Amino acid sequence: MTRLESLQDLETFRQACLASRDSRRTCVTVCAGSGCTAAGAQDVLRSLRRNIEQRGLNGQIEVKSTGCHGFCERGPVMLIWPEGTFYNKVAASDAKDILSGLVNGRRPVERLLYKDPRTGERVVREDDVPFYRYQHRVLFRNNGRIDPKAIEDYLSVGGYLALPKVLVGMTPEEVVDWVKRSGLRGRGGAGFPTGVKWEACRKNPARPKYIICNADEGDPGAFMDRSLLEGNPHSVLEGMLIGAFAMGASEGYIYVRAEYPLAVEHLRVAIQQAEELGLLGENILGSGMSFRIHLVQGAGAFVCGEETALIASLEGRVGEPLPRPPYPVQKGLWGKPTVINNVKTWASVPVIINRGPEWYAAIGTERSKGTMVFSLVGKINNTGLVEVPMGITLRRMIYEIGGGIPKGKKLKGVQIGGPSGGCIPASLVELPIDYEELTKAGSMMGSGGMVVMDDDTCMVDVARYFMEFLEEESCGKCFPCRKGTQRLKQILTRICRGQGTEDDLLLLEELSWTIKETSLCGLGQTAPNPVLTTLRYFRDEYLAHVRDRRCPAKVCKELITYRIEPTLCDGCHACVQVCTTEAILGEKKSVHSIDDAKCIRCGACLEVCQPKAIEVS
Amino acid sequence: MPRLKINGVEVEVEPGTTVLEAARFLGMPIPTLCHDDGLTPYGACRLCVVEVANGNRGKLLAACTLPAEDGLEIETHSARVERARQLLLELYVATSPQSKTIQDLASRYGVRQARFAPEFEDCIQCGKCVRICQEQMMAGAIGFAYRGPRRKVMSPFRAQSEICRHCGACLYICPVCELRCHGAQPETTLCSGCLNFAPACLAYHDHAMCFLDPCVACELAGPLRQDLLWPGANPRDRESKGDRP
Amino acid sequence: MSETTTVELEKVLQHWPTRADSLIPILQQIQEQYHYLPEHALRTVARHLDVPLIEVFHVATFYNCFSLEPVGDHLIQVCLGTACHVRGAPRVLDRILRELRLAEAGTTPDGQFTVRAVRCIGCCGLAPVLRVDAHTHPHMTQGKVRGMLKKYQKSAPALVEQG
Repeated sequence: MTRLESLQDLETFRQACLASRDSRRTCVTVCAGSGCTAAGAQDVLRSLRRNIEQRGLNGQIEVKSTGCHGFCERGPVMLIWPEGTFYNKVAASDAKDILSGLVNGRRPVERLLYKDPRTGERVVREDDVPFYRYQHRVLFRNNGRIDPKAIEDYLSVGGYLALPKVLVGMTPEEVVDWVKRSGLRGRGGAGFPTGVKWEACRKNPARPKYIICNADEGDPGAFMDRSLLEGNPHSVLEGMLIGAFAMGASEGYIYVRAEYPLAVEHLRVAIQQAEELGLLGENILGSGMSFRIHLVQGAGAFVCGEETALIASLEGRVGEPLPRPPYPVQKGLWGKPTVINNVKTWASVPVIINRGPEWYAAIGTERSKGTMVFSLVGKINNTGLVEVPMGITLRRMIYEIGGGIPKGKKLKGVQIGGPSGGCIPASLVELPIDYEELTKAGSMMGSGGMVVMDDDTCMVDVARYFMEFLEEESCGKCFPCRKGTQRLKQILTRICRGQGTEDDLLLLEELSWTIKETSLCGLGQTAPNPVLTTLRYFRDEYLAHVRDRRCPAKVCKELITYRIEPTLCDGCHACVQVCTTEAILGEKKSVHSIDDAKCIRCGACLEVCQPKAIEVS
Repeated sequence: MPRLKINGVEVEVEPGTTVLEAARFLGMPIPTLCHDDGLTPYGACRLCVVEVANGNRGKLLAACTLPAEDGLEIETHSARVERARQLLLELYVATSPQSKTIQDLASRYGVRQARFAPEFEDCIQCGKCVRICQEQMMAGAIGFAYRGPRRKVMSPFRAQSEICRHCGACLYICPVCELRCHGAQPETTLCSGCLNFAPACLAYHDHAMCFLDPCVACELAGPLRQDLLWPGANPRDRESKGDRP
Repeated sequence: MSETTTVELEKVLQHWPTRADSLIPILQQIQEQYHYLPEHALRTVARHLDVPLIEVFHVATFYNCFSLEPVGDHLIQVCLGTACHVRGAPRVLDRILRELRLAEAGTTPDGQFTVRAVRCIGCCGLAPVLRVDAHTHPHMTQGKVRGMLKKYQKSAPALVEQG
């Protein structure tokens, strides 16, 4: 690709990309995000390509591997263009039938179509699948359409249109003003108004200025940033370019988690291609603006998602947060004014420039504008990534998009915002999801991870789990976070073992508030949220543990026993084979029994018992 | 020259002054553990938190690292601050009950309960030893390593340090091991100003004079309350530390 | 586990500018090549970048990706993220530890496996998930553990990355 020296060159190149596309040509896009790849997408791709080769269909059918389509539960997924037919749970062996269907009158392959569990009917088009129907895909709209490793694809779907618009037709102040008017708030967790942050950095007279993209998505259960980086990395690059223009920065960094190798690879390719075309580097498109992006990998620390810790890590130090004030826009990387924003925030910027701030502000609620991307995981039928307008109710998310709770169980609660967030109980299912409502309920938007829980989840165990995570990931510098999370974990562990008292509950609350108020950084300040919300909404469960030594969800090992119901046991011996402590006694074909002293409650026998003869109490 | 208000009193300071320095200038005491005037501020112990009334929407921030800026309104002894300090000190006492510095702070700030199991740790990670070695002795032989619950002060690879000159500055400045609590039963938590749950008073000694008013030990424990002694009180019982009785 | 020679180490050091912020990328490269950070390598890096050894040591011990001990032939990373936890990952981890006779996460005495818990590799739709080397295993259950381990036992080179 030759370097583009002017805006005219860019336009010419774009037209060439569009012209080389034949929209009547059939295109099969296969999701090759990390999730579908683990489910076998690469085999599907290979099989499709091989079959196309063998049948001489190269000129008629194109196969593209794309980023995450979002419906991870049903992966591997694929789309057939131009109709938009949606196939799910595709195996490599399905390639023949798919191609036959396309060649012979474009009949869809019935068994690969999504079956709506409520109606029993097969759905043909992606837009009609309930999971997608209620979404409003702004950031993810192109994920199923473009090859993330081909900049030509990005250009063909309207990519790098915002950049020339800004370079020629807008001043930096105007760009900041548009971002402010759009109401965009930081999508990394805290939800700080992005325009205000940009303005503060712009006004700072110190030089040079830096731009950072925080792609250290550490919240367990969140993979939105990963999917956006894997599927549409240029959308982030374009956003950063616009930010660099607005702030007057000439260097930018993307800090990606080491645990996301595919995202790192796709970003590397994207940056390389942008540099080749001259969209990154010196004198971009003849505008006089220069901007380089450095790709940096994290080394594995949740705390590095905190902005000052991330900056410390970029500077080659340990990720120990610094007190704020001063904020990064005052003193950031190398002590210079720095704007650090999340992946989704950066990707929203070209959209705002292309569609205008009013269009963006029209979506969402009064104080939470735009769309939000959630990862819907846990005890839910349709796990995956969901992009919805702010203000959508939890009910709609869980039941209409999520398809409800599997195995007919009841919703118990939803953990929103990762370890910094809180658990929203089922009683608040009508809650509209936006920054303010979640904060009022004691939770937090966070990165948008939504973990759904049913009655088989013990909320005390969940609180303990989060404390274990936070204790481990705490940088350890400040006392309340380091010792406080440790002590919270200790107390919760005792409660889970049936050794807690009611005084412990009071101590948990007091300690939680102190940690919240006195910790140095956001990790400590939000660490007690899971404890506080579970105490607030699931107090009866705590009381059952401390008063009755009982775990209502039958999870806490010291409070449950396994027993084989003699009338149901058929002597198949399957349980004995998986038991590693030899706790099950019985000969083949006769009733088995469990020796309670040896049983470690690992649950392996539960998994394999066909007649469901094992009871937990 | 920034002008700020501390506890309602206005003061003008040089740029670059911290709120802690400004408060001390006004004679208003703020407790600290990890601070030392000869070392760079660290902001880890969180004992010096003060309430910032405006701007930061009523947050508690560490005074030692908070730059004194124009228009700040600070409360050093608000209810929120006092409550936070008390619980932090309760936690400090439980972590290192053998430290006189911590016990004294606890009594001074009205800590009256000890609800956490004692740990008897030798290090509260205030970082003073690291900073004095680095900044005053210009050696840098020790530092922090690891993260979270495993974070410790050590020399690289725990090996004998080639840089250490055996000056003893780290021992001198340590608030935990420099001054041991020498109450009759130092292993119990909450010594209460070198008094302890079995006080040195008439209950035990014929000619002792109970000269601390009020005698916290008697107020709390009574002369002969054995049930308030922790299992770890007797060094021979140290193995049973961990769970509360 | 290969021997670290000073020549190879020099190559890594020459690749990066001699600046403080090169520390982490350099350590990452050493970790990738040798599967751990040997003591002498850390000392060399500290000298080369003129960063105090104690700081290099702190960085080497702070981040999860770095290990001061050699890792086994196969690295098993069990995801204990929230979604995986809720779908039973801790029991899968326990199972693996019991099968390999390990009291806690670490390396087996014969050096074949290193087991580690990680927090979220971002494949939450397939929970519970674990990674062995570069290969991701979705929808793990206790029942699948033995079979999975068998595939790797006594096979010398790590499996090629899927895809």
